[in-house]
Amino acid sequence: MAKDLTITNKINRRAFLKTSGGVTLFIGASGVLPVLVSCQDDKKIREQLKKVPVTAWVQLWEDGQMIIYNPAAEMGQGSMTSLPIIFAEEMDADWSKVQVEFSPQEADIYGGEGWAPGTKLMFTVGSRTTHSYYHVMRKAGAQARYVLLNTAANHWKVPIEELSAAQSFVLHEKSGQKISFGELVPLLTMPTVLPDFTEDQLKNPKDFQLIGKNIPRTEIPAKVNGTAQFAIDVRLPDMVYGALERGKLHGARPTLLNESEILAQAGVMRIVQFDYAIGLIASTLKGVLDAKKLLKIDWSTATSSGYHSQEIYSQYEAIAAKNQKGRVVTEIGNMGEALRSAHKTYTADFKNDYVYHAQIEPLNAVIQVSKDLQTAEVWVGSQQGGDTKLGIPGVLGVPPENVNVHLQYLGGGFGRRSMTDFVVECAVLAKEIAPLPLKLVWTREDDVAYGAYRPLSLQRLKATVDANGQLTGFSHTVIGDGGNLVAGGVKNDHYDIPHQFAEWRETNHGIRLKHWRSVGHGPNKFAIESLLDTIAFDQRMDPINLRRTLMAQSPKALATLEKAVAMSHWDAPSIEGRAKGVAFVDHGSIGTGICEISLDRNSGAIKVHHFWIALDAGMIIQPNNVKAQMEGGIIMGMSSVLKEQITIVDGQVQQSNFHDYSLLRMQEVPDSIETAFIPSSEKPEGVGETATPMVAGAIANAFLKLTGKHLRHLPFTPDRVLAVLNG
Amino acid sequence: MPKYTLNINKTSYDVEVAAGTSLLWVLREDLGLTGAKYGCGIGQCGACTVHVDKQPIKACLLPIEQFTAGQEITTIEGLSEHGDHPVQKAWIEAQAPQCGYCHSGQIMQAVALLEQKEHPTRDEIKAHMNGNLCRCGTYLRILTAIEMAAKTKNPTS
Repeated sequence: MAKDLTITNKINRRAFLKTSGGVTLFIGASGVLPVLVSCQDDKKIREQLKKVPVTAWVQLWEDGQMIIYNPAAEMGQGSMTSLPIIFAEEMDADWSKVQVEFSPQEADIYGGEGWAPGTKLMFTVGSRTTHSYYHVMRKAGAQARYVLLNTAANHWKVPIEELSAAQSFVLHEKSGQKISFGELVPLLTMPTVLPDFTEDQLKNPKDFQLIGKNIPRTEIPAKVNGTAQFAIDVRLPDMVYGALERGKLHGARPTLLNESEILAQAGVMRIVQFDYAIGLIASTLKGVLDAKKLLKIDWSTATSSGYHSQEIYSQYEAIAAKNQKGRVVTEIGNMGEALRSAHKTYTADFKNDYVYHAQIEPLNAVIQVSKDLQTAEVWVGSQQGGDTKLGIPGVLGVPPENVNVHLQYLGGGFGRRSMTDFVVECAVLAKEIAPLPLKLVWTREDDVAYGAYRPLSLQRLKATVDANGQLTGFSHTVIGDGGNLVAGGVKNDHYDIPHQFAEWRETNHGIRLKHWRSVGHGPNKFAIESLLDTIAFDQRMDPINLRRTLMAQSPKALATLEKAVAMSHWDAPSIEGRAKGVAFVDHGSIGTGICEISLDRNSGAIKVHHFWIALDAGMIIQPNNVKAQMEGGIIMGMSSVLKEQITIVDGQVQQSNFHDYSLLRMQEVPDSIETAFIPSSEKPEGVGETATPMVAGAIANAFLKLTGKHLRHLPFTPDRVLAVLNG
Repeated sequence: MPKYTLNINKTSYDVEVAAGTSLLWVLREDLGLTGAKYGCGIGQCGACTVHVDKQPIKACLLPIEQFTAGQEITTIEGLSEHGDHPVQKAWIEAQAPQCGYCHSGQIMQAVALLEQKEHPTRDEIKAHMNGNLCRCGTYLRILTAIEMAAKTKNPTS
């Protein structure tokens, strides 16, 4: 076990040194490896060390056991395994001796590549975790290995260049000596300079022992025996409970009409007024939820008053028809010229209703604020953010270092947990009741009604072809609220079309909106891929051949197309009553998806039988886990495409729970979802959001082949399918 | 507040909670058995599935006063001593969970099926599991895991 060192001991035995790059590194004591992180400001490291007795990417015990720290949120995407694997690969660690824990939430020390070059960020969003941490983890692992090699070199008095490492051992081939990493712990000596390790000084990918292998996910055993801890599972002595009533009209201000009645309820301790909600604190969870149901509230009007989501599309069509550009996203060539010289122009509108995240763990947090209101301990499942303290310092008026965030497993994120609204609410309530710890729970009804949805939008697409049916121009106008939330994914980087234009025309309804898995790619790839098949259908072309032509300048995209064609036996006839459809998506990684569907013409129900995906994601760290991401992405895509819909009537959200917001269930799954990877040694690309946007286009295109009719409004609910069939 | 005695995972628990408190809140907030999860509170998602006398039930729907000390309640924590029930082992083998939040409920629901039927068909498994939602979309791996568990638990001769 680790030596039982006191904190004082540890601090006294620490040392700092400069790397060749002039970056400060913190060096630990016996039993603790150097903190293999870089931070430009050594004051920040020292501050961090005051709080956390040991902070490091890795801790090593004399028996060889080690802990590697994961800086990313774990929401099922596998960061708890994939990032430590990258580290352990370069460290030459014996994976069977590795345990994984979350790192402290300190971006200066544990951040990956930020949005801007040279910045650091802890933010598990945009499917960027593996991509943004790949080099960070490799370098840190290589530095850990270097310290161990350096120690062995000093111990044996041999040049470090003569040493190698494998499976948690350092080897000196010349003399046949061998020493384990654990045995080196009491001998640890620090190099005067720690190399920065550039890409070419790291392991050759052909020598990888862990990366690319199917290593079981570290946290799965805890997730099958009930011990994996989510924030909602946290229990603390004397803990009280909080809940908020936020209404169904986003932005409305509440006036509480029965304060004394509520305060008289058993266990109710406080009523806390928010701008947009009434907060309650009670001694039990049942007590707080019962009292919440009794609230009598007069709600003000809001921006969204009078807004009817299902009637807005006619206004959107009018906006689309205006001869006035919105915010231009992309402009290549001259679309106007393409329209003027077109042999034929195709125009179509695509629509999508709001969808909700529906992570199965409703939002919640546990916070304990100290009696003097100066510090806070926080337990939360968060996708983190630019502010790793999640807005709490602002609530308390204290510096960020006074807030300690204990990241817990996330019971689903999908973008919703990249918001901090629920954490801030919990901090406000916990401050009221300090020093008692408080657990804030959103009911499912709260989570649905006060959701932050993927925006509704309308997209008007125009495509031009020449006399040979070749695409000459492609224009994409997005109308909707939310900027990049609706405009993302309109670019066609892998399609060679000489004239391209894409723009966003803004609307505003006061409905809360947020990134939802794949964001704008979901609706936009649906529109793009559908229009391509509309053209192919009209030109009597194979939709695959049409895409082959478009992908001529993008061999990577073409390789995914050809692989998917082969996997799905595209050219073989489908079983009677079934048809296949294709869609291509780029979202970090790139991939082609092909599905096979059938249709119940009486009920309007679409059945998806198979999905085949060919993916180029660069280097694959965890193949089986990437397949799991493809499977999950397709299922979530099917759920949203076939079933999910939030509707607004006079500003009021109409859905409240899973009885009226339906998710895909077990009996609706396809028989198989198969994934193949295009071999690559390039830097890993994100895989969490590439599959989901394939679904709508692939299904709509299969439907077109099956029926000759167009599905152009998401979701494809049976009533809509029947309307299209009979239309 | 009234007192209740419950037999959970072969242990007797005395709890003092308001009448009408759901079994789920008692398990999670009073007894610290947090494996069963809250997902919807209306029996639509199955994240709270536990066994009462080997039958799967939704713990969010049933108030505490409906249970007697004579009933045997089993939660994921009591399913096996070392997390090695054949269904749990199959779950790991299939690498079934993603976020994992719904999987205690999925596993309890699956175990109940295999108690009743040694070799369910794929359609029977789907029908039995249809009340358990998974937002991460792990359904196909759950199917695989249940089929694997059926094979190891009840090998055919």
